[in-house]
Amino acid sequence: MLDRVPLSPGFQDPVFDSQATFRSVMSAMARPGHIEPVAPLLRPPGPLNPAAAALLLTLADFETPVWVDEGIRCSETALQWIRFHTGARVTKEMAESRFAILSDSSKPVPLQQFFAGRQDYPDESTTVILQVAAIETDTGPVLTGPGIETSLRLNPKPLSATFWVMAVENAGLFPRGLDFLFAAKNAVAALPRSTQIELEG
Amino acid sequence: MTRDPEPSAADKLITARRQAMSAFAQAQQDELLTGISDTPGSGNWSYVRKPEIGLIMTQGRIGGSGAPFNIGEVTVTRCAVVIASGETGHATIMGRDREKARLAALADALWQNPESRPVVEARIVSPIVARLAADDALLRAEADATKVDFYTMARGED
Repeated sequence: MLDRVPLSPGFQDPVFDSQATFRSVMSAMARPGHIEPVAPLLRPPGPLNPAAAALLLTLADFETPVWVDEGIRCSETALQWIRFHTGARVTKEMAESRFAILSDSSKPVPLQQFFAGRQDYPDESTTVILQVAAIETDTGPVLTGPGIETSLRLNPKPLSATFWVMAVENAGLFPRGLDFLFAAKNAVAALPRSTQIELEG
Repeated sequence: MTRDPEPSAADKLITARRQAMSAFAQAQQDELLTGISDTPGSGNWSYVRKPEIGLIMTQGRIGGSGAPFNIGEVTVTRCAVVIASGETGHATIMGRDREKARLAALADALWQNPESRPVVEARIVSPIVARLAADDALLRAEADATKVDFYTMARGED
């Protein structure tokens, strides 16, 4: 049919913007818990935030099924935008997705249903992008492990009550397991499966 | 499989748009440029996807009905624009001409707007279709002129 809903554009400069975003994600993954800037000129349709949308444009393509949460699934504009600009298929099966995006991270999602990879191909696991309002580093669970000199704290807000418990379980699956990216408005922080998490109290 | 005897209005619209997009893709750049400058609303547009150059695999069928096979990859440029009235136009053209891809996408967007469609049909689509038909006829005439009828000469028995 004729295209009725106007699509909003993706990156201003697809090559340089996605490379800059990739660099931020790479640095964030290499130094878990560190906040890296992500600042492309991007106005994605709601409920996607600019950082999460930039990550999706950078990482997802036609070979990576993307799982989206209820908030995005209800927005035909957002779904169309993801399909058009990434070429990725939006899937309803959590287990087959390579990327997942949560527009509202305060709602609990059964993370263990995402694909944690196989013992011989742990890299095939789902990378979960969580949209958050802010990322605090003076409170929250204590992180140690590869890429962290001594220890540091990470507290993206808001997260569901069950998130950190599931994240601890996820770290126990190593070398299998999910990797998490927290996307605040213009920043990204990573929690890869290799990071050890010590919950407060 | 049963075939609908009378195509619906929506189907007709899709067929018409397909023909128009095909004409835009085969147009010369100046054919699009002059046609578009005559169309109202053509000055107000923005990119949805800037022109990108890539490769697609073309397929063919022997005799038009055989099993599809891959001929080879062809360089294409794709582009999408949105015009002020909200229509999004898409284009995929052969070659690396970014400006032509933009013009073809813009022409598609203008075609979708019911108000500018008659102008686009008259000033862009029709001239291109006519020119393509003339080119095709010329090529056929040239090929026909070289046609040779082979026949077996009657052999005198005894």
